[in-house]
Amino acid sequence: MVGKNCFAIASDRRLGVQLQTIATDFQRIFKIHDKLFLGLSGLGSDAQTLHQRLVFRHKLYQLREERDMKPETFASLVSAMLYEKRFGPYFVQPVIAGLGEDDKPFICTMDSIGAKELAKDFVVAGTASESLYGACESMFKPDMDHEELFETISQALVSSIDRDCLSGWGGHVYIVTPTEVTERILKGRMD
Amino acid sequence: MGDSQYSFSLTTFSPSGKLVQIEHALTAVGSGQTSLGIKASNGVVIATEKKLPSILVDETSVQKIQILTPNIGVVYSGMGPDSRVLVRKSRKQAEQYNLLYKEPIPVTQLVRETAAVMQEFTQSGGVRPFGVSLLVAGYDDKGPQLYQFFHFRHCICSAACLKNDDDVACRYTDDMELEDAIHTAILTLKEGFEGQISGKNIEIGVIEADRTVLTAAQIEDYLQEVE
Repeated sequence: MVGKNCFAIASDRRLGVQLQTIATDFQRIFKIHDKLFLGLSGLGSDAQTLHQRLVFRHKLYQLREERDMKPETFASLVSAMLYEKRFGPYFVQPVIAGLGEDDKPFICTMDSIGAKELAKDFVVAGTASESLYGACESMFKPDMDHEELFETISQALVSSIDRDCLSGWGGHVYIVTPTEVTERILKGRMD
Repeated sequence: MGDSQYSFSLTTFSPSGKLVQIEHALTAVGSGQTSLGIKASNGVVIATEKKLPSILVDETSVQKIQILTPNIGVVYSGMGPDSRVLVRKSRKQAEQYNLLYKEPIPVTQLVRETAAVMQEFTQSGGVRPFGVSLLVAGYDDKGPQLYQFFHFRHCICSAACLKNDDDVACRYTDDMELEDAIHTAILTLKEGFEGQISGKNIEIGVIEADRTVLTAAQIEDYLQEVE
């Protein structure tokens, strides 16, 4: 979700195989660099592998170009990598959030074969995405500061997760401003 | 001398530690036409002599200065056909970068990859080194940049002349503006020029923040100013 010169990215913490819960502390949001975060929902192993491959590509980029990747560039890279596997795709839906040039917030999501969808307010992905769309649409206001943004995204996340049997066990929220990154764990219906 | 026995195989070092074929390639460059580049505070100028084999050749059909991307241009000294191969490869690499990152390639990255291509041809079997030296001029986020290639080595430079460095060096000042740079380039070309210099037998390329300009008939105006 986009705020005023900041953004927030949040996920639930359940890792499950259909009805069985395997883990309640699964990390779904990954930091690429201080101003760029990637959330990967979908198949757990594809999420981890894709994350490792993207970190690899980003590290090489940093060494060659001696700078961090801009979020827009990173989104193009993810899209290209996903489309490479067009006929045997990664079963993930990425959510990319970052602060671009002049610390302007950038968010986007994609489907599993790399169709980018840019947005100015919020993007959602995962099993609870329909609930999330509804919750975000009604709770979102433009130009929120980071405190208000945290409240909004947490409420939207928890209310949608609680209604979805395949998501749950709390939430993980990252609030990113040009100067700092705050990570918070939410407690919801622990089921 | 021991060296000459090693001068026929590219992939063999001579006892003095040189690769003699590369030295020969640099000689080929040295006997080519003059080209030079000057980096100004707000752009880069590259220029070259354009001596045609006969007066019957249409000079507008010969282009020694080429564009690699909308904001990177290149000029060469040495063998024309070799430079065309490098231009093709560089253009392809620039476009591949753009396809992947949807961003124009930074000048340093393109220069690095072109230098890698040139180096490949000094270490493979059955090929010879490129008989060209390139001057790559570009404008990106880091501002105007000029690179000179000594085969696989590239170095950033503020002014370079592929023939006589001294002429350019003595006229160069750090905070030159683009217009001054163009005049300096023409003056330097004039020094080593045999015959009458005119808009038809030199080529000038100018790279500024928002565009690449390959002046052709506009050269005449600059020549007038220089006179």
